[in-house]
Amino acid sequence: MTKATISLNVNGQTVETQAEPRELLIHVLREQLEITGPHIGCETSHCGACTVEIDGRSVKSCTIFAVQAQGSEITTIEGLGNPDKLHVLQEKFKEHHGLQCGFCTPGMITRAHRLLIENPNPTEEEVRFGISGNLCRCTGYQNIVKAILAAASELNETEVA
Amino acid sequence: MIPGRFDYHQPDSLTAALTLLNDLGDDARVIAGGHSLIPMMKLRLAMPEHLVDLKAISDLKHITVKDGSISIGAMTTQAELIGSAELALSAPIVKETALQIADPQIRYQGTIGGNVANGDPGNDMPALMQCLDAEFQLSGLDGQRTVKAREFYEAAYFTARDDLEILTEIVFPVCTGGYAYEKQKRKIGDYATAAAAVLLTRGADGSCSHASIALTNLADTPIYCEDASKALMNSGIDDASIAAAVKSCLEIIDPVDDNRGPAAFKKHAAGIVLKRAIDNAWSRA
Repeated sequence: MTKATISLNVNGQTVETQAEPRELLIHVLREQLEITGPHIGCETSHCGACTVEIDGRSVKSCTIFAVQAQGSEITTIEGLGNPDKLHVLQEKFKEHHGLQCGFCTPGMITRAHRLLIENPNPTEEEVRFGISGNLCRCTGYQNIVKAILAAASELNETEVA
Repeated sequence: MIPGRFDYHQPDSLTAALTLLNDLGDDARVIAGGHSLIPMMKLRLAMPEHLVDLKAISDLKHITVKDGSISIGAMTTQAELIGSAELALSAPIVKETALQIADPQIRYQGTIGGNVANGDPGNDMPALMQCLDAEFQLSGLDGQRTVKAREFYEAAYFTARDDLEILTEIVFPVCTGGYAYEKQKRKIGDYATAAAAVLLTRGADGSCSHASIALTNLADTPIYCEDASKALMNSGIDDASIAAAVKSCLEIIDPVDDNRGPAAFKKHAAGIVLKRAIDNAWSRA
């Protein structure tokens, strides 16, 4: 049960850390790498607050062992934007009030980011289906959906221009 | 929610994985997408001392359509099933079912092999595989064998797979007739309160030339409804034969009271989803 050396590329930076095989990726991200954007909500694969992107897939980081992510590229909310330069999705969540307490927001935006890569011009229904693995207990989702649709249309305009 | 301690193994070939299982014996468990096993490990309902991860075995990840037959590697994810244009043409019911499993994040990780091999009555793919009359390839160190999905499930979490075998591939015929997978669930991400997989083919003369029905989460195994399937082929599709088929299916299910409702309610829900699935499949046939 010795610790394994795990090498990851997190938000563009190569990092190396040690973890027991039983350590979940969310715990390694938060406690060892101090990447605290992804949150621990339910820790039972339901809420999606811990969503990160691993090699182009949205993954609930509470339901994968860190050793399984060995060698992969991980993007968290920290890799999408920062306070000086917000990602379009972050801008739109702000503009459309797509959050209240903010707890689900990092997972919600990380998931929306992947959704818009795979489907740059989604319908409202496709957005709702696409974020169905992320729970929000404040907003009732209306403004989250609006924000994601607004981000999609801005990203599409930018591409055309 | 910290799982018990274990050693992690990531073999890069099937032979290496089988050898590990053989050497480690009862203390080892195979992990595919992990979305059934990891939650059980967090609850310490599963405490394997060794995990053998199949993710690095590239032979287990493929979708092949050839000569009227579809074969899918066990480590193919639900998202890959959904994204396969070839599969959408040759067996559209697979995509329809996969889209009703869990949520997007889980579908990126969860595999068809894990879903069929785990033996959880709540899983959706087992009934679909019975409906499609699929065969499962099981590999052991001594060689391979094939078990039909209709003969694979013995009881909840008990299947025909030996602990030292790995389910490597799923094979079923191309099916382009009418199809439907109807699932009643309390919310996205939940297992079925009741679900039905139905395939119906319309013959040249308008009759029903092939029918197959299987049900999810209405007993401790998936239920293939052989009598109802045959009856629909013999009697053709009309209101009376559909009602008879639904009645016949409801007689062989055995749901239990749980947090999804009492058994009587599940039987009621089963009748509704099954009727819907038959109607839907026939309208597409």
